[in-house]
Amino acid sequence: MALEINGATYETDEEGYLANLSDWSAELAEAMAAQDGCEMSENHWEVVNFLREYYDEYQIAPAVRVLTKAIGKRLGKDKGNSKYLYELFPYGPAKQACKYAGLPKPTGCV
Amino acid sequence: MLLHTVNKSPFEKNSLDTCLRLSAPGSCILLIEDGVYAALAGGAFAAQLQDGMRARKLYAIDADLQARGLDPAGLIDGVEVIDYRGFVELATRCDQVQSWF
Amino acid sequence: MTDEATAAPPGAVKKFMYINRRAPHGGNYAQEGLEVALIGAAFDQEVSLAFIDDGVFQLKTGQDTAAAGLKNFTAAFAALGDYEVKRIYVEAESLARRGLTADDLMPLMYEDEDDDYAEKPLIEIIGKDALADLIERQDVLLNF
Repeated sequence: MALEINGATYETDEEGYLANLSDWSAELAEAMAAQDGCEMSENHWEVVNFLREYYDEYQIAPAVRVLTKAIGKRLGKDKGNSKYLYELFPYGPAKQACKYAGLPKPTGCV
Repeated sequence: MLLHTVNKSPFEKNSLDTCLRLSAPGSCILLIEDGVYAALAGGAFAAQLQDGMRARKLYAIDADLQARGLDPAGLIDGVEVIDYRGFVELATRCDQVQSWF
Repeated sequence: MTDEATAAPPGAVKKFMYINRRAPHGGNYAQEGLEVALIGAAFDQEVSLAFIDDGVFQLKTGQDTAAAGLKNFTAAFAALGDYEVKRIYVEAESLARRGLTADDLMPLMYEDEDDDYAEKPLIEIIGKDALADLIERQDVLLNF
């Protein structure tokens, strides 16, 4: 599959995750979100950026439970809970946010 | 009780050595495929296997011996040669199978 | 060590042990083993990993795969604590045969929820007899 943004084509897997991490840009993230009818707020970016840092360090996209706990540690308890994260990313915080972050589907999501 | 299987020749891989090191006393070891070469009476692993057999029961699959031209008479003492049916029976008597490959 | 104290209710959490016996970058076994272990841990099972034979090389410090053109999947070992994996067993004999000591292994940690989130080492170096006993007491054994 492929994603077409502003005339450029980006390769994705069958669920819309970017095939090449290096294709990622902030504009691409916003475009992917827009396709899902989601506008990237500062709170969305906080989670997406966190995921990119996590991937950079561990080379994996975290499972949702792990993400929730890690967000809580970094950004505080009011953000490290599934209610907050599901409000931001109704398709599932790990899955949806990983997609916008240009990461593969999280390990542990089947 | 666990059934441990070894399917590699001890002359090529360390599967048998590791199996003997990490199988608890009282467990069963089944040699399959190239694993059966370990049981040759004149082979370099005969002594180590016999030592392991003091606390473990050793089996080998007849079809794998035949395929490799190995006569059960040429194996170390105490190896029980079984067919595939025997393999299934053995597996059902054990809690779980751990394969060293 | 008594089963009565630690056994989960029937049908609930099972003890999974992932047995790793291959060096990290010579094939796919090691990376797949780690991925499957992470999946098991994400499903709230009681997951432990055992490193035996060349598997102990997976935990070696300072692996830099950039020049070899490989992805350094071993970075994810540091995430195992976050996945609530509480035990990584390294067989002492395998380590010693390769001229390695505990200092050569990644300093992996986890936070113990039952002890005020104290950071504790994840890796336990264990002798062959104790490891054989642990292998006997698992519900599921997976080999990589």
